[in-house]
Amino acid sequence: MGLSKVWVYAEADGDKVKTITHEMLAKARELGDTVECVFGGDASAVAGVLGAHGASKVYATGDLAGGLPGAHVAAAMAAAIEAGNAPELLLFGTTYDGRDVAARLSVAIDKPVLTNNVEISVDGNAVVATTPIFGGTKLVRTKLTAGTPNIVLVRPKSFVAEESGGGAAAVEALAVPDTGAAGAAKIVNRHVEEATGPKLDEAAIVVSGGRGLGEAGKYEMIETLAKLLKGAPGASRAIVDAGWVPYSYQVGQTGKVVKPTVYIAAGISGATQHMVGMKGSKNIIAINKDAEAPIFGISDLGIVGDVHKVLPKLIEALQAKG
Amino acid sequence: MLRLAVSASMNIAVCVKQIPDPAEPGALNPDHTLKRDGKLILDESDSYGVEMALQLVDKAGGGEVTLISMAPNSETSGLRTALAMGAAKAVLVSDDALKGAGALDTAKVLAAAIKRTEFDLVLAATESSDGYTGTVPEQVAAVLGLPSVTFAKHVEVDGQTVKVQRQTEAGYDEVTCPLPCVVSVTAGVVEPRYPSFKGIMAAKSKPVDEVKVADLGLDAAIVGWAGAGQEIVAVDAAEERQAGTIIEDDGEAFTKIIEFLENLKVI
Ligand SMILES: Cc1cc2nc3c(=O)[nH]c(=O)nc-3n(C[C@H](O)[C@H](O)[C@H](O)COP(=O)(O)OP(=O)(O)OC[C@H]3O[C@@H](n4cnc5c(N)ncnc54)[C@H](O)[C@@H]3O)c2cc1C
Ligand SMILES: Nc1ncnc2c1ncn2[C@@H]1O[C@H](COP(=O)(O)O)[C@@H](O)[C@H]1O
Repeated sequence: MGLSKVWVYAEADGDKVKTITHEMLAKARELGDTVECVFGGDASAVAGVLGAHGASKVYATGDLAGGLPGAHVAAAMAAAIEAGNAPELLLFGTTYDGRDVAARLSVAIDKPVLTNNVEISVDGNAVVATTPIFGGTKLVRTKLTAGTPNIVLVRPKSFVAEESGGGAAAVEALAVPDTGAAGAAKIVNRHVEEATGPKLDEAAIVVSGGRGLGEAGKYEMIETLAKLLKGAPGASRAIVDAGWVPYSYQVGQTGKVVKPTVYIAAGISGATQHMVGMKGSKNIIAINKDAEAPIFGISDLGIVGDVHKVLPKLIEALQAKG
Repeated sequence: MLRLAVSASMNIAVCVKQIPDPAEPGALNPDHTLKRDGKLILDESDSYGVEMALQLVDKAGGGEVTLISMAPNSETSGLRTALAMGAAKAVLVSDDALKGAGALDTAKVLAAAIKRTEFDLVLAATESSDGYTGTVPEQVAAVLGLPSVTFAKHVEVDGQTVKVQRQTEAGYDEVTCPLPCVVSVTAGVVEPRYPSFKGIMAAKSKPVDEVKVADLGLDAAIVGWAGAGQEIVAVDAAEERQAGTIIEDDGEAFTKIIEFLENLKVI
């Protein structure tokens, strides 16, 4: 049995709708008869794409004037739900803003929120969500029993994005009620770090480095190798926390989820929190000097060796191939 | 009680979770809730919030750091660690009725506990190491009716305003927010200090205000597992990835990588 209506919290970088939004729309179509989006901002530039992925309507708050989505979009959604326009299921991506909006909404409508889910199904008229635990070795299925609307947060890369061939979504204004003190935080400036090459979570090849590189300067080998393979460089949290590379490079539980064709892990031990972000890769190559490193347990090709010996030779050989 | 600083002083409430040692393999109870009956320790993620709070109070020139924790079995080991770092006191909510509480219920309990202390700012970690829902701090803010900034990688207080660098997908946003508010900090925002011997000794006699759900004016039937609005229906083993070929580098192992990539036609 399906649901009659599902809402997806849609996000975009500028005019570009995020992949996680497309992934959730694909799942929402499978679960519900009517799929609609909620968007914190002006939706005129995204309505076409959201429609092509299956949304019939997009409720848009209009420009938030620097206000954070957490307080504003949640208040707007809660007001719409209270006014009787409630879907049975609300999907949010596990993103910075998705978590904030879902969290505020859960308090506003007094409903639990299930986080980090990789699968959603409907059992009778109950929503059941699947969460990986213990580094993804076990899957917990939880049924929501608090009644509609159900709030579920989804991990990126859990579903395959697919166009539905639909026309542009109708844009409808979603009023933001006065949020009072709760909405007082303001974005005063945005800093965008320049990135060249493919994005980490979209690249077909990801080359990640960890503490085994020894020092910040050696990360250059990872960047060079990634460039030669037309891939993206990534990192373990150990070297992000150490300040060698920006947070945006981090792969894992608190970083990005990647599922490239090839993932190369150099000097990374394979902590559960790292593996949860990359074990869905089609092929995994690991280089580590410790034969007992857990990363070898999930590698298709494991090289027990020193990154300072293996990587320079690999780079040289690839450069020679041209 | 809510109090706005008039003098050059600042009181900060820091949410700290006490968790099973992450180095030990996790285990579930027969009812599928996470086993938390052994000794619990301070979640490393929260050591950043504690350090941040100590530094901000120091800069303000006065005030106190109060720890807020919800944990089973009157657990204080993790609190003692944070008290040894320099926090002044703690509020601990420990009640069998809270076993299996979800994120929303946890937030209701923490918010009620926070109200027992004077604060200008509430700090938490963006996500805990064992639960990692990453929703609790924002839910606490919503329950308290306060503004909030999550994913802070840099925090400064300027008079009655907090200035935060909030992590984004592409870089960071500069966000300003009036006090009182809730801020959740990322790992690495500051370097947590190690408790000194003196700090460890002093921590033993610092006050821990232990309370039950009823003391907070909340209904245990609503905030406990029974009222969580969720039910675990199954726990299955995930499909295991099989290990492939493992070779010792003899100086030529890079050729195996090239072959592997060639076979996949990615080079
Ligand atoms: C709540 C929480 C969330 C977390 N989220 C993440 C996350 O999102 N992503 C993440 O990555 N981690 C995360 N972590 C951290 C994680 O637990 C590990 O600490 C981290 O992944 C370790 O990074 P590493 O493998 O680079 O370092 P280490 O574990 O120190 O491993 C370094 C490896 O390099 C090898 N090595 C050393 N020298 C050489 C050499 N010369 N040549 C080859 N190999 C060498 C060593 O054998 C070792 O295996 C999280 C932790 C917590 C508690
Ligand atoms: N039981 C708890 N006691 C104290 N603080 C908590 C508790 N649960 C969550 N928190 C705080 O909220 C943060 C995020 O937790 P979570 O939402 O579970 O990922 C934690 O790092 C703590 O700062």
